[in-house]
Amino acid sequence: MKLELRGITKRFGSLVANDHIDLVVEPGEIHSLLGENGAGKSTLMNVLYGLYIADEGDILLDNVVQKFKGPGDAMAAGIGMVHQHFMLIPVFTVAENVVLGNEPTGALGILDLDSARKRVKEISDRFGFDIDPDAMVEDLPVGAQQRVEIIKALARDAKVLVLDEPTAVLTPQETDELMGIMKGLAKAGTSIVFITHKLREVQAVADRITVIRLGAVVGDAKPTDSAEKLATMMVGRAVDLGVKKKPPVLGSTGLSVKGLTVVGDRNTKVVDDVSFEVRGGEVLAIAGVQGNGQSELAEALVGLMHATAGTIMLGDLDITGSSVREVIDAGVGYIPEDRQKDGLVADFTIAENLMLNKSFGPPWAKGVQIDFANRDRLADVLIDQFDVRTPGRETLAKQLSGGNQQKVVVARELGRDLNLFIASQPTRGVDVGSIEFIHERIIATRDAGKPVVIISTELDEVTGLADRIAVMYRGRIVGIVDATTSRETLGRMMAGATV
Amino acid sequence: MSAETQPTTWSTAAKEIVSGGAFRAFLSVILGFIVGALFMVFSNEAFLNALTYLTARPTDALGAGWTAISDGYLALFRGSIYNYQADNVVAATRPITETLRFAGPLIAAGLGVALGFRVGLFNIGASGQILFGALAATWVSTRISLPWGVHLVVAAIVAIAAAAAFGALVGFLKARTGAHEVIVTIMLNYVAAGLITFFFRQDYLLREADGGGTPKSDAPAETAQLPTLFGDSFTLHAGFLLALVGVVIYWWLMERSTIGYRFRMVGHNIDAARTAGVNVNRTFVYAMAASGAFVGIAAVNQALGARAGLTPDLDGTIGFDAITVALLGSSTGPGVLLAGLLFGAFKAGAPAMQVIGLSPEVTGVVQGFIVLFIAAPPLVRAIFRLPPPQKSTVIADWWAGLRKKGVAK
Repeated sequence: MKLELRGITKRFGSLVANDHIDLVVEPGEIHSLLGENGAGKSTLMNVLYGLYIADEGDILLDNVVQKFKGPGDAMAAGIGMVHQHFMLIPVFTVAENVVLGNEPTGALGILDLDSARKRVKEISDRFGFDIDPDAMVEDLPVGAQQRVEIIKALARDAKVLVLDEPTAVLTPQETDELMGIMKGLAKAGTSIVFITHKLREVQAVADRITVIRLGAVVGDAKPTDSAEKLATMMVGRAVDLGVKKKPPVLGSTGLSVKGLTVVGDRNTKVVDDVSFEVRGGEVLAIAGVQGNGQSELAEALVGLMHATAGTIMLGDLDITGSSVREVIDAGVGYIPEDRQKDGLVADFTIAENLMLNKSFGPPWAKGVQIDFANRDRLADVLIDQFDVRTPGRETLAKQLSGGNQQKVVVARELGRDLNLFIASQPTRGVDVGSIEFIHERIIATRDAGKPVVIISTELDEVTGLADRIAVMYRGRIVGIVDATTSRETLGRMMAGATV
Repeated sequence: MSAETQPTTWSTAAKEIVSGGAFRAFLSVILGFIVGALFMVFSNEAFLNALTYLTARPTDALGAGWTAISDGYLALFRGSIYNYQADNVVAATRPITETLRFAGPLIAAGLGVALGFRVGLFNIGASGQILFGALAATWVSTRISLPWGVHLVVAAIVAIAAAAAFGALVGFLKARTGAHEVIVTIMLNYVAAGLITFFFRQDYLLREADGGGTPKSDAPAETAQLPTLFGDSFTLHAGFLLALVGVVIYWWLMERSTIGYRFRMVGHNIDAARTAGVNVNRTFVYAMAASGAFVGIAAVNQALGARAGLTPDLDGTIGFDAITVALLGSSTGPGVLLAGLLFGAFKAGAPAMQVIGLSPEVTGVVQGFIVLFIAAPPLVRAIFRLPPPQKSTVIADWWAGLRKKGVAK
């Protein structure tokens, strides 16, 4: 089916999220929508999917103008969407999930699961998905869950499939598999809109590329164009994709973790006998697919999770079992992976957010009272040093873009004297300009002789920042390797293979 | 390990409701008065009679309706602000002092509930905290002899401490066991009500000297009574001043102090607070203690402002009115002060409405609808066609401005 968007405009107040966007996706084409976070990709797709009504413009399917009042209309017209966060019910089987909301029924309205199973089997076999209709969704690996989402769309005869940042949760191998699937679907005539900000994937799979920036189409590109050219279009200026850093000057051991074990909610070992050391002036990156214990490891290091075994030494100081505040006082800076949830108070001003973990004493507080004069002065200095783009320190954190929010968190954590810096997903959901800036600050911290631990699921970030890389799989460290290790090897390790 | 408490839909709802603005509160008050007016019109006999010949002489119905409304609200004015029909100055100005007297405990208890809201806690237990504080105060004021001045101060401090302890118990149970504060405070209301009745019934405890079977205490000793502010012609006593001091302390605590800052942090984002090294469980205990302490000022008003013996219903409806005061006041110090004054005026003015034959429950209806409108922002937005809440455009505007100036690309 041919999809055409003509002059789509969507405004939120005075903010124009989509500014007369034109897009044509031919039948059987993989069309990549490339843009930074906040460029307006998701808004555009929500318009297409009927979640938002466009202020101006038309959606055409096979040259017929469509009026979608909700996702139901869009689905009925043949548009399927695979969201970044899966819309699956974990305790249902694949077949049950696939028919949810559209259940085939027999006499007396009894659920006809057999036909559902058959349908799943048929689609799965046709495209080589390798999915068992009776498997419980929660037992499936993430990559398979994503294929269930795709089956869900196909089972409703989707002719246009929208994939929103589909590779964020996948291993490199799973990403390759997904790309194979996308190519297969396109060959069978499905039109695919592939939303991403990852240049490598665009180059590998797209037939055509449309780049959007600040809500407007910047232009089209070919997959054969260089990554630098694509990035420049996406960001609007020349960008340096690599991280520049000098060889590390190693100091003494800053952080030493021995046999660390953390038991999670479901009484399973989420961190299992993990040991590593980080020296001053060194970046140790912890790589791995989301959900293999990296988050819990970070939380255990900063005192948010309780270590059931093992020791954490910060220099000569044993911080095993210390409270979060004790860890902060010991000079540990921490950027949590989810800044909205753990890193910021959205309804607080920037100034208030900059003192979040510093309210216990000077210089931000004087006795039991906030030292407002000092706070405002320090906040202005940090805003300036860390290039937070804001009208002022009194702006609420929720009014900032993702990149600027993250800079507030980075400013708070790096704006004091540290003995260890831990950053979990430091650039997730952050624009390219801010990524460069944050990476520079991380390397500057390392060059100042501090031990740095970076936890990231983005391989580019890991290889760019790291001096050494530890790969985690199912709570264990599979191996600690050199930063020059190939992506393929790292990918295999992320799937559990030892070196 | 103690139970960690997750943010619930309760606290989310509270945050949403509390984050209203002064403007919305004002609109809600106006709407409340309009609904109250309709209530008066449609329960007015003259108006209903005039309706029967509406088509013949519609002006009759309109006139009767208008008279009903103006009579009602003028009576409310006379009862709560200034009685222009009175024949002497004392009687004319008494209404406003009565409003202040009623407002004192409402403001104090409202501050306590408001503090809870700011920390994401629903303190439904103001009633129990008042009773427990009053129980302690009554013990000091009727069973202990102390010199003038000292007696009052000791009784007041004991009342506030007792109410704070009763509140802290809630925080402790929540922090230790994960028990929800709504359930705990409601149950403790029963406990306090039973306890005070028991104490007021037993002659060896707090029953009045020659009392009968009904539970009642002695009047507080004169040395422990809150002094009147304008002589004996007015019943307004220093309890109102205590409430004003409470407002100032509340403002300082929530807006200036580090502990209030951490209270708000926990209220807005419990995960971020934990990550920032705040001991969330301890914060719950402190916050509930502080909440109880403010409610304790209301207990002081009720127990030491009285000139006669107390009965176990000395809290009246203050415990629940305090929730409405906190909601209308957006949980800010000045807001609670104004809301407390308004609801104090309703309490003071209701009898005057009764005098002209209007049901005094009209004020209850108005009060209820005001809070309903506060708690139903979409309704208010729809009625006044206000734009829905959305992401602020501040950044976009600012950025567009920079672009225009050529500073940014």
